[in-house]
Amino acid sequence: MTQLVILSGKGGTGKTNLSAAFSHLYHQKNPGQKAILVDADVDAANLALLLEAEELSKELFIGGAIAKIDPVLCNGCGRCQEVCRFDAVSSQDEKFVIDLIACEGCASCLYQCPENAISLNKQQAGEWYISETPYGKFFHAHLYPAQENSGKLVALIKSRAQEELENSGAELMLVDGPPGIGCPVISAVSGANIVLVVTEPTLAGLHDLGRVLETTTHFDVQVEVCINKSDLYPEGAQQIREFCQEKGIDILGEIPFDLAVPRAMNQGQPVTKFDPQAQSSIAIKGIWERLMTVID
Amino acid sequence: MKRIAVASGKGGTGKTTVAVALAESLSVENDQIVLVSDCDVEAPNVHLYLDPDFEQSKDVNVLIPQIEEDSCTGCGICSEVCQYNAIILLKDRPMVFPSLCHGCGSCTLNCPEKAIREIPNQIGILERGIGNENIYLRHGLLNPGEPLTVPVIAALRKWNDGFSPELEIIDSPPGASCPVVEAIRGVDFLLLVTEPTPFGLHDLKQAHQMANELSIRTGVIINRDGIGETDIQGYCRENGIPLLMTIPLDRKIGAGLARGDTLLEIYPEYGDKFRALYKEVDQMIEEAVGL
Amino acid sequence: MKIAISSSTGNPDTEFSARFGRCAYFLIVDEGEDNWDKISNPAASAQGGAGTQVVQHLADQGVDAVISGRYGPNAYDALSAAGMKAYLANSGTPRQLVDQVQAGSLRQAAGATGEAMHGQGGQGGRGGRGGQGGRGGRR
Repeated sequence: MTQLVILSGKGGTGKTNLSAAFSHLYHQKNPGQKAILVDADVDAANLALLLEAEELSKELFIGGAIAKIDPVLCNGCGRCQEVCRFDAVSSQDEKFVIDLIACEGCASCLYQCPENAISLNKQQAGEWYISETPYGKFFHAHLYPAQENSGKLVALIKSRAQEELENSGAELMLVDGPPGIGCPVISAVSGANIVLVVTEPTLAGLHDLGRVLETTTHFDVQVEVCINKSDLYPEGAQQIREFCQEKGIDILGEIPFDLAVPRAMNQGQPVTKFDPQAQSSIAIKGIWERLMTVID
Repeated sequence: MKRIAVASGKGGTGKTTVAVALAESLSVENDQIVLVSDCDVEAPNVHLYLDPDFEQSKDVNVLIPQIEEDSCTGCGICSEVCQYNAIILLKDRPMVFPSLCHGCGSCTLNCPEKAIREIPNQIGILERGIGNENIYLRHGLLNPGEPLTVPVIAALRKWNDGFSPELEIIDSPPGASCPVVEAIRGVDFLLLVTEPTPFGLHDLKQAHQMANELSIRTGVIINRDGIGETDIQGYCRENGIPLLMTIPLDRKIGAGLARGDTLLEIYPEYGDKFRALYKEVDQMIEEAVGL
Repeated sequence: MKIAISSSTGNPDTEFSARFGRCAYFLIVDEGEDNWDKISNPAASAQGGAGTQVVQHLADQGVDAVISGRYGPNAYDALSAAGMKAYLANSGTPRQLVDQVQAGSLRQAAGATGEAMHGQGGQGGRGGRGGQGGRGGRR
């Protein structure tokens, strides 16, 4: 069983387009098999737009808890504000109130309040879905705007996806990861045996490639790299090749900038399905084939 | 001080490009000192374009509990009050997991024996320096492997050096969740940068809703116009969001940014365009204050 | 020896679950007996720190050893501190895996095996002596 997670560091390098293409190619090459697909970028979940997803089920996601002060019991002493380290308590009409957005649910105020005026309440922070796609079962989510993205929602859908993987006998879990290197990324990579980092030949892309590789060293995971929009700036691509060589990381392939990709996106399809002869499709196929051979 | 933030929802739409262009176009005129705060602490990029000399730095620490063995009675209250499972009681001894700790201090306050001291755990670093004469840049860097982004952003926003520029431009992380919220809290205006693709529109909606939750006025910039056919203009019209600028898809821009050139270095005429944009935004800010 | 095995079904005769922190159930049995007990995992939907919460819960149940597919850094440190044995398995039903423990054919984890939700033990979580502050990593 393989768990492949696609990361980037920098946003916008093409993770989602590549995830969709890989889902399509895997199914094409293994007609009897379906993969389990996960969109771990719960904050900006776009993979569903390319997979012709049909929702099978929807569940509420209960996120972190938020504190609430009962104004009737509050005596205006301000102890809550003294202890809060997240600037979440402010005064209002001689009493105190909690800023829902700033509150981290630590409950420090709750334990310090002399009037027991504070309660902790779990919040509905989003939804998660299981959908059917032509390429396999798809686990994805929608985190409501301005919510805490603690990685919990990512962990939840991966956990459900893992159960499906174990029960269905599928051989591959493919995870479209979030940008960055923080908590949601750590949750997304957890349990992976191989990470593919999609980078772009820009100064920013190279810099963030370094950051994400530093992060993956904390995990016992195989790391591969591919370069997207590689012809955008050839010197940049060369810098990435040299950087990866120094680190002993293989570059599985390079994909040229290709307007077939946004055209496919507009049609709601992976580019390899929409236009198999497109330059980008051919390059992606090559990367996929190489990826399949290097997975131990 | 006026504060304008740049966010997007979707990654890679051009937040940093816009933040830098705005800063450059304003700093050269009227000797206006501009502060740029790069709050994308997981993957900051502004410094790659502005190339400042970072003269000052500051550690970002989360205070984590250290338990005095001799005073601890094994009562387990610290473990009960911790909402993050960062302290557990094993064989009547508490065990702390610093990486799960949010630094809230609750365990310390609640220990009946006062047996807990707090010690700093470094999770990131802030840096500050001068880009050109009139641009001050500061950013944060989360240590790779550390999960908690928000405390680094919070520390950056609070970093006070006694210096008060007239304008702060905040480059925010991608997305619409708590790191972005922390980056843009309390700003006077939010520029949302998007691209005319289904992904761009989907994530723009998310970001716009976030701005509404925070009661922050927004305006949209369409970048890489021509890359797709999605009707961002329609969405803006329907929702009463001003469309402030459209930047076309242009290979020359792409290659220049790849090299580390700024938009104004590639096409100097954007200086005038961004100054005009700022006037419009400034007027909207003034109107809102006047209400 | 009381053994706990991670499971998604709660059935000792179906395939075990490789996930330690967020599996749905734990099956607990005394070695050599047939007294299977099924408990829900309180950390199944925990916000971070699932591994530590699980270890605390199992320790409270008097568990001496666990069998799962992988242990993240925090879980591994907690298990060590609790003095619990951590066995690693690739496949099998809980019943079969307990037999393998008795036969001595299941190996123990020598360290964390990669899974780390919401925080790494690596940079400072090796607080095995009950309350060490982490050094914190420098970039």
